[in-house]
Amino acid sequence: MSGWLHHLIIVPVLLPLTVGAGMLLLEEPRRRLKASLSLFSTLVLISVAIALLQLAQGNGAEIGVYLLGDWPAPFGIVLVLDRLSALMLLLSSVLALASLLFSLARWHRAGPHFHPLFQFLLVGINGAFLTGDLFNLFVFFEVMLAASYGLVLHGSGTARVKAGLHYIAVNLAASLLFLIGVALIYGVTGTLNMADLANRLPAVATEDRALLQAGAAILGIAFLVKAGMWPLCFWLPTTYAAASAPAAAMFSIMSKVGIYVILRLWLLLFGADAGSVAGFGGSWLFYGGLLTVGFGTIGALASQDMSRLAGYNVLVSSGTLLAVLGVTDMAITAGALFYLLSSTLAISAFFLLIELAERGRRAGADILAVTLEAFGETEEEPLHEEEEAGIAIPATMAILGLSFVFCALLLAGLPPLSGFIGKFILLAAVLDSSGTATVSLDAWLLLAAVILSGLAAVIAMTRAGIRTFWAPLGRSVPRVRLIEITPIGLLLLLCVLLTVQAGPVMYYLQGTAEALHAPQRYIEGVLSAPRAGQTAQGGGA
Amino acid sequence: MELIVALGIGVLVASGVWLILRPRTYQVIIGLSLLSYAVNLLIFGMGRLRVNAAPVLEAGAAVDASQYTDPLPQALVLTAIVISFATTALFLVVLLASRGLTGTDHVDGREPGT
Repeated sequence: MSGWLHHLIIVPVLLPLTVGAGMLLLEEPRRRLKASLSLFSTLVLISVAIALLQLAQGNGAEIGVYLLGDWPAPFGIVLVLDRLSALMLLLSSVLALASLLFSLARWHRAGPHFHPLFQFLLVGINGAFLTGDLFNLFVFFEVMLAASYGLVLHGSGTARVKAGLHYIAVNLAASLLFLIGVALIYGVTGTLNMADLANRLPAVATEDRALLQAGAAILGIAFLVKAGMWPLCFWLPTTYAAASAPAAAMFSIMSKVGIYVILRLWLLLFGADAGSVAGFGGSWLFYGGLLTVGFGTIGALASQDMSRLAGYNVLVSSGTLLAVLGVTDMAITAGALFYLLSSTLAISAFFLLIELAERGRRAGADILAVTLEAFGETEEEPLHEEEEAGIAIPATMAILGLSFVFCALLLAGLPPLSGFIGKFILLAAVLDSSGTATVSLDAWLLLAAVILSGLAAVIAMTRAGIRTFWAPLGRSVPRVRLIEITPIGLLLLLCVLLTVQAGPVMYYLQGTAEALHAPQRYIEGVLSAPRAGQTAQGGGA
Repeated sequence: MELIVALGIGVLVASGVWLILRPRTYQVIIGLSLLSYAVNLLIFGMGRLRVNAAPVLEAGAAVDASQYTDPLPQALVLTAIVISFATTALFLVVLLASRGLTGTDHVDGREPGT
């Protein structure tokens, strides 16, 4: 990787940052310009993510390291591109495009500064995926959280402010835990670079090991709050249900940021090479994940409201991922990544769909109308209504119902869609991983959790579907615009593609899992990254 | 000195934890502030406590690392202060919005028992 291509690594952070900051200078009424800028940035992000994915895949062994300020690796801050981060970047930018398109129909007018906040959220998410430094990770986390505090309140209203208050308090406390964890780890090892940290861990003196493990555990709690592991997850369904649809769709990847960091750090720091601290906390992840699946399943069955149902589905998805990551097996990790892709896309589509399906019968719609009045300019309204009548889609209920069935199949993990493939790969790998003819108790537990949560998802989704689509009590058919249904179609189409192209995708994911389980290459790649000054001299450029 | 710093961190954390578990939003925000002070002191402590040692190297002179204090925690604390200041300000705004919308400063948005 050389020349200008190398600088692509920093584009996912710089581009939304510049666009978002620039948009702050524009006046609030210039929404059309802001929307086009935002759309432009998101589209560029997708193409950059695809290019980075190809770079990460093409290089195979090599990983892309970007030295900020050209300081050598353990001293300066690095951005690291490998298969996993490239994949997550692509996922986040695709979700961003879908949410943004959806918001263009009406939501982006429901409050001030939607587009800049959206771009800053992307800065934080992309940065968290790319960074190779613990403290830098904290900074990107905070950028992401600060933007999400704004987005969760987007559209205002009592419910959002109440949920937002809890969300912010919980996450501020989690951020402080993050700092304590980072400080303890720095105090013991004297480094914050993840690769350098992984190198130094086996050499930590025995008397310091308890402090190190305490630091790692506190750090883990901060990420698990984000990922939503029981009992750290009570804020999640309320917040996600209260957030506006495009914001909620983006939040479904924010939970996955927590999962990503755990996957990355845990396999890097406490993988098989870590000596005496290898596998630290694995059983906590496993049993915590199982409990999360249980809690999410019960919550999904109990929820009356579709948005809460979606929130509990986020928990089930997180719990399944945490539990299978706790098993630490290469094949299972690959399956988990496939499940992650499929469930994130499906949940995002579901969050967007809920808003459409419940439109016209939900109290929230009135609040939206009020805030639209408060923030929207009156002269735009008549034009806007014409526009709305012009490209509303035909057979609305049929299309919404069909999308709902797709979401239900994906979330429950029924054939023929990618949800089934994801769970099947997971379960097959879990059964294989025992190695012997007898299947261990843990494997049975996991099997039961995944299958029962699927069953519960079928029941909950069927009930919600019947109530919404088959038994309407005095509801009017919602008017749905083309631009609102397109992103849902896009996300579901991606799930179908994921089903059809499961082979190539799994091939990529297996490579990713292998790289994650053999982090030596990552460590060497980061620590021996050549400085730009040196390559310039060597290449004579 | 170690004892004083450790006691200070401990008292701050204890007060902070007690306050964020209180039902009024103002108590929560003060609790979070106290916690963030404690965390900043902890980060300092993790760079080892030293008195009368400069964090920045002198240009030109021969460098003896043992004569200097660790500059990294100081940079980290600076970043942490800025971030926690910004998020506290943001939280304060949400707190005021909640007070305005619900008419109470209880964290649940309604007085218990009503």
